[in-house]
Amino acid sequence: MNSCANIKTIAKRELCAYFGSPVAYVFIVIFLLLTGFFTFYFGGFFERGQASLGGPFFTWHPWFYLFLVPAVGMRLWAEERRVGTLELLLTMPVTAWQAIVGKFLASWIFLALALLLTFPVIITVNYLGSPDNGVILTAYLGSLLMAGAYLAISCMTSAMTRNQVVSFIVSVVICLVLLLCGFAPVLKFVNETMDKPWLANLVASFSVMTHYVSFSNGVLDSRDVIFFLSVIGFSLFTTGVILRSHRSG
Amino acid sequence: MIKVESLSKSFGPKLAVNDISFTVERGEVLGFLGPNGAGKSTTMRMITGFIPPTAGQITVGGFDIVNDPLPAKRLIGYLPENAPAYTDMTVEGFLSFCAELRGLRRDARAKAVNNAVEMCFLESVRYQSVDTLSKGYRHRTCFAQAILHDPEVLVMDEPTDGLDPNQKHEVRALIRRMGEQKAIIFSTHILEEVEAACSRAIIIDRGQIVANGTPRELMAKSEMAGTVLIVTRGVPGSQVVERLSGLPNARKTSIVTEEKGRVCARVYPKSAGQNGELATQVFAAASGWKVEEIRADEGRLEDVFRAITLPDTTKETAK
Repeated sequence: MNSCANIKTIAKRELCAYFGSPVAYVFIVIFLLLTGFFTFYFGGFFERGQASLGGPFFTWHPWFYLFLVPAVGMRLWAEERRVGTLELLLTMPVTAWQAIVGKFLASWIFLALALLLTFPVIITVNYLGSPDNGVILTAYLGSLLMAGAYLAISCMTSAMTRNQVVSFIVSVVICLVLLLCGFAPVLKFVNETMDKPWLANLVASFSVMTHYVSFSNGVLDSRDVIFFLSVIGFSLFTTGVILRSHRSG
Repeated sequence: MIKVESLSKSFGPKLAVNDISFTVERGEVLGFLGPNGAGKSTTMRMITGFIPPTAGQITVGGFDIVNDPLPAKRLIGYLPENAPAYTDMTVEGFLSFCAELRGLRRDARAKAVNNAVEMCFLESVRYQSVDTLSKGYRHRTCFAQAILHDPEVLVMDEPTDGLDPNQKHEVRALIRRMGEQKAIIFSTHILEEVEAACSRAIIIDRGQIVANGTPRELMAKSEMAGTVLIVTRGVPGSQVVERLSGLPNARKTSIVTEEKGRVCARVYPKSAGQNGELATQVFAAASGWKVEEIRADEGRLEDVFRAITLPDTTKETAK
């Protein structure tokens, strides 16, 4: 019970830190502007004549998150290390994993909040037609899980350095690799040059794209959930290892 | 309360702390002295469980800091070097957060925060954001965090760094007062602080303990300890030296300064611990002279510190 209380305390502090700085507001405004713009303009929401969000709205999420999520996650540990509060935090009667989970959860809740604020698009589509809201819900879940996976990766890169910019760039690159290995043109390239379908499948199975697409089509597959959760678990575990190795010198 | 046994820490090939052992009991204030980079902060970080030791064992209140960290950490209040604090929080918010992590809830938390704010004179900045505070206030905020839960063990890395003289005095008095019921370790560069607040001092140099004792014991190691200084007028220096060197307890006498008939001489004792006798003898021998001043020296910590640590540092730079 004690560990839950500690995680809660740390998460609460971290959330307050987001809303105490402009980061939170800038992030939310940009995210909402981007989603709105892309859905209605590039997504061709109206031209499709379909009451669904899969195409016009959810397609863009992997690409938005690519830049926005590392921006949220980059400060998590880098800032603690730079200011020296890491020493304070880890000499409190708190285990490292409580701190890691607490910080991760806070940022994830923040991302969930930003995602939640896209609700007008659901209202719009429901007003215009009668979409399958189950599909929309599943797609939202997929989007949230994907954001969590990106975030866990940013958490890991943030622990590597005390420089937020380095942390941002490294996590964008890692996320980009995870994204591109499921991107159709890349898979086509692999298929054409190697001519080994199993290799393309293997590469694709590591991609967030592959797993996210089935969510946005309304398919809730346990394999996809497990994929995202294991990316999160692995990255957070690595964060712990990195933090420990820094301290051991 | 704190027991450190053959503790070592290496960072790569560099040995930062080399096989040190000491204990601190309740009611003791241990001063940690040493030149920059001697391993003071590293040792404190290991005691508080921030970095794991390479070899050796640390127990705090009977709990091993490596194998049983949580109960050990609960006993410790820690003020890290440079007094870090979350800059995006208010003083009140920061202290509440720390109190909560210390397991204090609701009333107990409010009471602890009030208490700490009062003890560290933070009332006037209580609802101010930490990044708007001056260095002294920021430092005291972090100090308040360390004493928040009334810990049995206090570890402080340069607690008076960046404070003005009044605040320094205040913090020293606080340390001395708390030291009556707690086990305290603090590091410092300021030697007068050791005399003012410590019941025991350890001098550490290049990762090793080079001296360990009460401030008085350490001062006694000084070359000046037990010497008698005499200032006379109208007597030639040679005569002063001749007469005083002949005293039964004197080892030698040397002239410190001699100008315009004013002679300042120092008499060194044959062995330690006969301060009173030597002074009496000097006083008797000086009868008939015009004496302006006669004084027995306790020795200065600074001399001891320099004598112990300087040769090594010079060697290091010569390499």
